[in-house]
Amino acid sequence: MEPIIEFKNYTFKYRSQVEPTLRDINLKIYPGEKVLIIGPSGSGKSTLANCINGLVPFSYSGDTEGTLTIKGQDPNKLGIFGLSKIVGTVLQDTDGQFIGLTVAEDIAFALENDCVPTEDMHRMVDGVAEVVDVKNLLDHAPTELSGGQKQRVSMGGVMIDDVEVLLFDEPLANLDPATGKRAIELIDRIQKDQNKTIVIIEHRLEDVLYRDVDRIVVVGEGKIVADTTPDELLAGDILMQEGIREPLYVTALKHAGCKIRPENHPQHVDTMEFAPYMAQVQNWFAESQNTKKECSGEAVLQITDLNFSYRKDQPILKNINLSVKKGEMMAIVGKNGAGKTTLSSLICGFLTPNSGSIYLNGEDISPLTIKERGEHIGIVMQNPNQMISKSMIFDEVALGLQVRGVPEDEIKERVYETLKICGLYPFRNWPISALSFGQKKRVTIASILVMNPEILILDEPTAGQDYRHYTEIMEFLKSINEERGTTIIMITHDMHLMLEYTDRAFVIADGELIADDTPAKILTNDEIADRAYLKKTSLYEMAVKCQIPSPSQFVEHFISYERTVR
Amino acid sequence: MAKLLTYEKKDTWIDRLCGVTKLIFFLAWSITSMLTYDTRVLAVMFVISLVLFQLSKTDWKQVGGIFKLIMIFMIINLLAIFIFAPEQGSRIYGTETVLFPIAGNYVVTAEQLFYELNILLKYFTIVPSVFIFIVTTDPSEFAASLNRIGISYNIGYAISVALRYIPDVQDDFHKIRNAQEARGIEMSSKAKFMDRVKNTASIIFPLIFTSMERIDTVSNAMELRGYGKHKKRTWYTGRKLQKADYMTIAVTLIFMAAALVITYHDGSRFYNPFL
Repeated sequence: MEPIIEFKNYTFKYRSQVEPTLRDINLKIYPGEKVLIIGPSGSGKSTLANCINGLVPFSYSGDTEGTLTIKGQDPNKLGIFGLSKIVGTVLQDTDGQFIGLTVAEDIAFALENDCVPTEDMHRMVDGVAEVVDVKNLLDHAPTELSGGQKQRVSMGGVMIDDVEVLLFDEPLANLDPATGKRAIELIDRIQKDQNKTIVIIEHRLEDVLYRDVDRIVVVGEGKIVADTTPDELLAGDILMQEGIREPLYVTALKHAGCKIRPENHPQHVDTMEFAPYMAQVQNWFAESQNTKKECSGEAVLQITDLNFSYRKDQPILKNINLSVKKGEMMAIVGKNGAGKTTLSSLICGFLTPNSGSIYLNGEDISPLTIKERGEHIGIVMQNPNQMISKSMIFDEVALGLQVRGVPEDEIKERVYETLKICGLYPFRNWPISALSFGQKKRVTIASILVMNPEILILDEPTAGQDYRHYTEIMEFLKSINEERGTTIIMITHDMHLMLEYTDRAFVIADGELIADDTPAKILTNDEIADRAYLKKTSLYEMAVKCQIPSPSQFVEHFISYERTVR
Repeated sequence: MAKLLTYEKKDTWIDRLCGVTKLIFFLAWSITSMLTYDTRVLAVMFVISLVLFQLSKTDWKQVGGIFKLIMIFMIINLLAIFIFAPEQGSRIYGTETVLFPIAGNYVVTAEQLFYELNILLKYFTIVPSVFIFIVTTDPSEFAASLNRIGISYNIGYAISVALRYIPDVQDDFHKIRNAQEARGIEMSSKAKFMDRVKNTASIIFPLIFTSMERIDTVSNAMELRGYGKHKKRTWYTGRKLQKADYMTIAVTLIFMAAALVITYHDGSRFYNPFL
C-alpha cells in the first residue's frame, strides 16, 4: 500500500530562525491509520502538523530539504487549497476557528468557497451535521455553544470536503475531561465508519489512549525519537526521557518496581493484564503510611447561601456554601460552563450575587469594590496576554504598586524580591515579548504576588503546558503556598493537577456544589465524576484490578510517593 | 434579550425580504433623501419611514440608545449651521423675513428656520431606514447581498467576520478590565480624567494582543478551508429574489424617480413657500 503522507529526510527551518525546527524526518502514514504524534512544547510537533496541512510553507515560510509527499503529490504543487481537499485540520482553539455566524454557516464555509450551489449546500450540511451530532444546533450562534459542541462543528466543517486525512491539533486542550473523552470517541467512530486517516497531535497521552491508536510518533528536539505501537512505547522509558507524562497507572507500576511488558497490553487500563504485576503492586501499597496533611488554619474565605443568575429563570449558582482555610491549596473543578468562573468572578466582585454573602477573614466583603478586594484576593487569568500591559518585565510587575502610590524605593525592593521568588530576576530588564508562554505566565503571577494577596485565584494555571512546564509552574505555586502561606485556589480541568497538588477540591455541577472532599476520594467516586463531567482516575481501575481493598487510599499513596520522589 | 443594533429574527414581511432588496431600498431611500430639499417630498418620506418602522416591529430597546446619540448629534449640527451660516436660508429662498434679532448680525429669519426644518426632516427620514435595515437583515445575508450587487466578497466577508468576533472581543474587554481593576487600576468615574485616559492603555494593549492572536487563528482557519480560492463564492444564507422582492424594488425605484422629478422639475432642489 502507498503511504498517504510520506516524509523523506525532511528538514525544515523557519525563515526567522537560525536552527532548523525539524531535522531529517522520515515518517510514513498509511491510509486508514490512526497515528498520535506527541512531544513536549517546542519539539516541533506542531510544525510537523503544519507541514502536512500546508500552513508550512504557505503561511509560515522557510527552507526545506528532503521531500514530503501527500497522496503521492508534492504539496508545493497542490498549494494550500489543493491540500485542503486531502487534509482537513481541526485547530486547537475551538473558539477562534469558528468562522460562521451560525453552526450551519460554519460547516458550509468550505463549500461556499468552492462555489457549491446553495440548495446542494443545505443538503450536504444536514448530512455532516448528523455525523458529528450537531443537527439540532444548526441555527445557533457560537456564543450559545459549549467547547465540545464548537469542536464538533469544526470537525463537521472539515469533513464536509470529504477529506482523506483528518488532522487534530491538540483536540483536548480546551475541554473538560468527560467532553474530551467524548471527542476521542467521536474521532474513533469517524475513523472506523468513514475509513479516514487520523493524525492527532497531543501531549495528554492517557486521554488520547482512551481509544486505540495504531502508532505513536514521539518528537523531540525536531527529530523523531520513536515510532512504535502504544504497547511498546509504554513499556519503555522514552516518554520520561522526553518529558512526556505517562498514563498514571503506568507510572504507578513503575514506582512499584514493575518492568512492564508490551505483551500485557498496557495501552488501556481496562484491558491490560495486571496479574503478573499484582504482587509487586500490593507490596508497594503495603509500605504506604498515612501521611495525611491536615490544614487546621482558620477560615480565610467563607461563602454562605450564595445565589447568582443573569436571568431569573436560569440560576447559574444555587445555594453555594463553602469555606477555605488559610494556607490551603485547592481546586474548583466541574464541567465547562458549570459556574466555576462565575464563582471566582463573584469572589472578586466582578459580578454581584443575587443573595448570600462572602466573608474574608470573617468580614463581609460585599461593600468592597473590585479594587479594594484586589488587595486581598489576587486573580490570574488563563491567558497571560489578557493581563500584560507593559513592555518591560519590571514595569509590569510594578504596575499594581505604582497605582496604589507605594514609594519608589519600596516598589523596587518588593518587585525584585518577587522576581527572585518567581525565578525571573535575571530577566528583570528584558522586554516581555522575548519570554516564552510559561515565563509570561510567571510574570502575570508575579505581578499579582507583589501585592501580597492573602488568596491567589488562578484560572487554568497550566492549560496548554507540556509536562515540564506544568511541573515548573505547579512546583512554583506550591513553593509560594508553603513559604508565604498564600492560600491558592485553582480553577481547572486537569485531573492530574488536582490529584497531585491540591489537598481539597470543590466540585460544581449545574450550579450546585456537589462535593467538597480530597481529590483522591472525588476521583474514585462514580456518581460525582459522572455528574461533574470528571474522569475517574485510572489509578482507581488499577487498584481494583490489583485487588487492593481501598482504592482511594491507593491513590493517596501514589500521590504522596510522587511528592517524595519529585 | 434585545441587544443594541443587532439583528433579531422577527416574522414580518420586511424580515422575509431578501438582503439585496433591503440594501437597494436603503440605498435608494438615502440617496433620495440626501438629494432632495423639497419639503413636501421629505414630509411624505418621513411619514412612510414611521409606518415602515412600525411595520418592522423594531424593539425600541434595540435602537433607543443610538437614537439618542443621533439626536444629540443632530442638535449640534442644526445649531452649528445657525452659528456659522445664519443667512443660509435667506440666500437660498431669496427673501428675508425677520422674526426677531438676537445680537449683532444674528437674526432669526423664517427662511433659516424653514431650511433647518428640511435638514431635520432628512435626519428623520434616513435614521429609521438605517435602523430597519440593520435590525431586520441577517448579517451573513447582508454579506451575501453586498456580493450580489457586485461588491467584492472580501468586503462582505470582512463585515461578517467582524460581526462574528465582536461579542468575543467584548468578552475579552470585560475580562481584561476586571482583571486590571482587581490589580488596582481604577476605571470607574472615581479616577481623574487624565488618569482614566492613561489607565485605558492598560486595557487597550492586552486587548490588542489577544485580538492579534485571534486574527492569526481565524486567518489560518479560513485559509485551511479554502477561503479566497475562487473569484466568486456562494452563500449558505443566499436567497433567491421572490415576487415580494421584485415588487418592493420596483416600488422603491418608482418612488425614487417620482420624488426626484418633483424635486427637480423647476430646476431647483428647494421647495420655496416664500414666493
